[in-house]
Amino acid sequence: MPGVYLTIVLAPLIAAIVIGLLGHIIGRTASHWLAILGVGLACVLSFWVFKYHVIDGAPIYDAPLYIWGEVAGITFQVGFLVDTLTALMIMVVTFVSLMVHIYTVGYMQGDPGYQRFFCYIALFTFSMLMLVMSNNFLQLFFGWEAVGVVSYLLIGFWFKKDTAVFANLKAFIVNRVGDFGFILGLAAILAYCGSFTYSEVFANVPALADSGMTLPIAGVEWSVITVICILLFIGAMGKSAQVPLHVWLPDSMEGPTPISALIHAATMVTAGVFMVARMSPIFEYSDMALNFVIIIGGVTALFMGLVGIVQNDIKRIIAYSTLSQLGYMMVAVGISAYAAGIFHLFTHAFFKALLFLGAGSVIIAMHHDQDIRNMGNLRKYMPITYVCMLIGSLALIGFPFFSGYYSKDAIIEAAHASTAWAAPFGYWTVLLGVLVTSLYTFRLLFVVFHGKERMRDELRRDLREPRAVVWVPLILLAIPSAIVGGFFIGPMLFDSHTILGQSLFVLPKNDVLFQLAPHYHGAIEFAIHGLTGLPFWFGVAGIVITWLFYVRYPAVPAKIQSHMKWIYHVLINKYGFDEFNQAVFARGGRGLGYALWQFGDVKIIDGALVNGSAHFVGRCALILRRLQSGYLYHYALMMLLGLLVFLLWFTLLR
Amino acid sequence: MFADLPLLSLLIWLPIAGGVLVLMTGDEQRLKHTRVYALLISLLTLAFCVPLYLGFDINTAEMQFQEKVSWIDSFSIYYHLGVDGISMPMIILTSFINLIAVAAGWQAIQTRVAQYMASFLILAGLMNGVFAAMDSILFYVFWEAMLIPMFLIIGIWGGENRIYATIKFFLYTFLGSVLMLVGLIYLYTQSGSFAIIDYYTLPIGLTAQILIFVGFMLAFAVKIPMWPVHTWLPDAHTEAPTAGSIILAAIMLKMGGYGFIRFSLPILPDASSDLAWLLIAMSLIAIVYIGFVALIQKDLKKLIAYSSIAHMGFVTLGFFVVFALVSADRFSAAVLGVQGAMVQMISHGFISGALFLGVGVLYERMHSRQISDYGGVANSMPIFAAFFMLFALANAGLPGTSGFVGELFVILSAFQANPWYGFWAGTALILGAAYTLWMYKRVMFGEIANDRVAALKDVNGREIALLVLLAIPVLLIGLWPQPLLEVMEVSIEHLLQFAVTSKLGF
Amino acid sequence: MVPLSHFLLLGAVLFSLGVAGIVLNRRNIIVLLMCVELMLLAVNTNFIAFSRYLDDVAGQIFVFFILTVAAAEAAIGLAILVLLFRNRGTIDVAVMDELKG
Repeated sequence: MPGVYLTIVLAPLIAAIVIGLLGHIIGRTASHWLAILGVGLACVLSFWVFKYHVIDGAPIYDAPLYIWGEVAGITFQVGFLVDTLTALMIMVVTFVSLMVHIYTVGYMQGDPGYQRFFCYIALFTFSMLMLVMSNNFLQLFFGWEAVGVVSYLLIGFWFKKDTAVFANLKAFIVNRVGDFGFILGLAAILAYCGSFTYSEVFANVPALADSGMTLPIAGVEWSVITVICILLFIGAMGKSAQVPLHVWLPDSMEGPTPISALIHAATMVTAGVFMVARMSPIFEYSDMALNFVIIIGGVTALFMGLVGIVQNDIKRIIAYSTLSQLGYMMVAVGISAYAAGIFHLFTHAFFKALLFLGAGSVIIAMHHDQDIRNMGNLRKYMPITYVCMLIGSLALIGFPFFSGYYSKDAIIEAAHASTAWAAPFGYWTVLLGVLVTSLYTFRLLFVVFHGKERMRDELRRDLREPRAVVWVPLILLAIPSAIVGGFFIGPMLFDSHTILGQSLFVLPKNDVLFQLAPHYHGAIEFAIHGLTGLPFWFGVAGIVITWLFYVRYPAVPAKIQSHMKWIYHVLINKYGFDEFNQAVFARGGRGLGYALWQFGDVKIIDGALVNGSAHFVGRCALILRRLQSGYLYHYALMMLLGLLVFLLWFTLLR
Repeated sequence: MFADLPLLSLLIWLPIAGGVLVLMTGDEQRLKHTRVYALLISLLTLAFCVPLYLGFDINTAEMQFQEKVSWIDSFSIYYHLGVDGISMPMIILTSFINLIAVAAGWQAIQTRVAQYMASFLILAGLMNGVFAAMDSILFYVFWEAMLIPMFLIIGIWGGENRIYATIKFFLYTFLGSVLMLVGLIYLYTQSGSFAIIDYYTLPIGLTAQILIFVGFMLAFAVKIPMWPVHTWLPDAHTEAPTAGSIILAAIMLKMGGYGFIRFSLPILPDASSDLAWLLIAMSLIAIVYIGFVALIQKDLKKLIAYSSIAHMGFVTLGFFVVFALVSADRFSAAVLGVQGAMVQMISHGFISGALFLGVGVLYERMHSRQISDYGGVANSMPIFAAFFMLFALANAGLPGTSGFVGELFVILSAFQANPWYGFWAGTALILGAAYTLWMYKRVMFGEIANDRVAALKDVNGREIALLVLLAIPVLLIGLWPQPLLEVMEVSIEHLLQFAVTSKLGF
Repeated sequence: MVPLSHFLLLGAVLFSLGVAGIVLNRRNIIVLLMCVELMLLAVNTNFIAFSRYLDDVAGQIFVFFILTVAAAEAAIGLAILVLLFRNRGTIDVAVMDELKG
């Protein structure tokens, strides 16, 4: 078995290395075939691993690959932990990645950096697989940073664009802020658990929780577990773009659309959720940390969704939707419904990748114009894209029977049932979030695919469905977006032995999904039951409102906008996070650096101390040199006087 | 077959003799010959590192490959060489970087080539001597002699403001080291020996320890350099020729760290322990303060020089958290900290060497170090941009590159000493990424800034070879540091035993 | 027999004359040179006196050394002086302040 796991990881890596080094020699076609074959192989094997672990019920595989380093009895290793959670994750990652690879052949056609792009995304697949297959914190951190770097490289893929290179630097630094917390979390884990291997750490956690050890921070005693969890979660906030570290994700849309689908929607940004779920044996022992997760998740879910309503860039709308959905997942893991969070991650990967690739298809047709105000009635020209986008949108708003419905409704139900003190806040935010989701999703759909045709005439004549390499992945993603939820809800969440049972750890007092299980009687009934629930009607209300505003009475939105100016202002400025960061952190950091340099280094150390001492010596010499008259007889006299002094010294004083 | 060779003497005297030879045979008409000779000598020196590595026994903390000849009898000074797990990697690093330095000046230097090459070869021999010396006077002689070639390199082949920079460099470092000599002489008067190993077991009172510690600290802190005695470094780097910067950053800064672990910690455990707070504070200031200063530098070389100071802050931090950890009964974390510091030194040798080489590549083409003169270089030099990205990321401490290993270990152990140490050290993660990648963005990314950038030619075969040579260890140490760690492990534990045993109870 | 003290007194007088000549003379370098010689002679007188008094020839041997050195010194000194005069056209002590700080 290790051979299979290793192949899954190495196939994309080898493809990336070969393309990276020899891309210009082997040419474009060979490069994309190599990348697709590498990732395709990984994908096929991942499906097989999924079958092997989930359906056949193989035992958990947890073994080191090699010893990375060993210091004074502390072992740092690289190794694989393959259980059902890993199997599920690698399946999602490699499948979406494969779809994106195929799609890229069409999307990046003619780009001078074609080979480079394939090198990067294959490298990304490798990094993401390393992250999810890790059996220890070191490798987790390696994958964590490696996906960040590839994301950095891909956001800045078109490095001539100033906005792109601004966005990628911003993304990397904001992620680094998260990683800063993460690495301190790792340090705390090593300090208190004495190991980096998951199994050893998890085994030590209950004892650590019982010992009631605390750390004094800012005058308050914090339990060690809480500190560890919050530090790790800061890492997750960076990677999964949770408020206030979310600012990089909308800007990351400067990158090519395929990577928005792969990295900034389906896989990398969900790493934070995956990490919290993987760390459930630690998080479970800290109520404080879990409530913190709920609050951050809830805030992100609702307020980032609101921003999505006023955006006009097709990709940014979807990006804000991603932020909001990540908030849902965070709420889910925060209320200890880890399985629900992973389930939403799973379904979201499909429908969000679908939406992004659909948006990419629209962007190709529109000749790289991303402003939805220039679109309209595209369903006439692009029926396949339209249908796929419709399926994706219905899944996103959680329309019954679509996959998003099952995962999202499970989160809402679980939040309702949870007893955590922040759970009511989580519940209301995700519930209102449904309305918001439906508003921005269908606004996008109606404005782009319905209504008046607002594009220029010469563009209109060119409008058509792109090549098959573009729309085939859409269809392949639309199928799971539609049906996967119904198939998996039982096995994932409510059956007596859930798929993820062996990977996730939930304390009985927190186990909301277990409490909900008796009310679950099959997927269809769950959906029918949903028709009477509040979330469904919120969703429908959203569709109706957007239909009225954007199809029936297109003049209304502008009126509302002018009547509620300040709300619009707040939303269009994204609550001012960017301005704040620019003013305080970016300018403040530079200002501080300048002050320290000019004042500390140049004035004080160099000016006063270093050159100052030289000047002091020089000034002393200026005075002393008067003694140096240059006349021989002065020197002779001095010599004699000196002699006399010595004589006196020796004769009289001794 | 190599067992009988006096390997360490060879590693010291071969490059020195070779340097003298190059100097004598040098001929302004036949520059190529001079360069090839120098390259061959540095290759040969590096070749002698192979038996050194292969013959090294990682299971003992004893000094290996010892050579001992009486030198000045009346003061019992010996020509005594030997290496342990701490100095052996440093010698290999020195010989390796010397090769890079010789090749880096291949085209950039067109005047006084023989003298230039000779300076580097002699410098390499002297630096090997510093790491191999087991007699403190021998150490001191090499330590001071090393300044001369460096002084010449900056002073002759340097930039416009080179005289100011050389004098600053020389006075700064010299001032520190004379006090070290006073300390060594005091130790001699107490023990009757100049052997470093004898000092480890020599009982010394606390006052004497603190005075000697301050003397040593000045010598080593200037060399590292620690805040606030760091200001010579940016000036020296800016004015030095490319290869001079490479040697300066890659090896000379490491001497200070080596001095701390070889002298201060084991010889003066009580003073080190008492003053650890000061050194830790200086290290953390170096990391945070210098990180901010690096952020706004306009000169490429200054930026990398400041980043070196910040990175070296991790080295001293790793050394001096040891005392807090041992008193908290966390010996393994203490070893982790020192290991981290050592790995950081070696890794920084490769990374800073590569970054300065990269700046040299740009400078040779554009004759400017100002970031504002560049922009969009990635368009005209894609291969170079890819390499520079790798080293920039390594400088920012990306996992999988060597820059990460040391920082991780030091942060892990500093956190155990005090979470706030870990916190402040951790800010390097953000600041390092900010100043390195912002610099990268302004130099490499964007539209082509001007015609001179548009006319840039991508790296040639020689430059690619050098960059590849440097990339290999950066990635190797990042992906698999174990071979390096196991070489140092026993020796570090051995030295730490001295460092944590008080000398006051005698 | 002339007592030792007379010789010493003579030596002291000669020496003081030499010193006074060096310090007070502001005009001529030749005078300076002569004063130096005078001081050396004073020392020689002392040496010989003590040699005789202590009955030790070492003192007289020293005198020969000093005389030799003084001769060489005078020769070199005069040579320098000639060169100095050739280059600067004067041997006035008051103008010779090149070493002024």
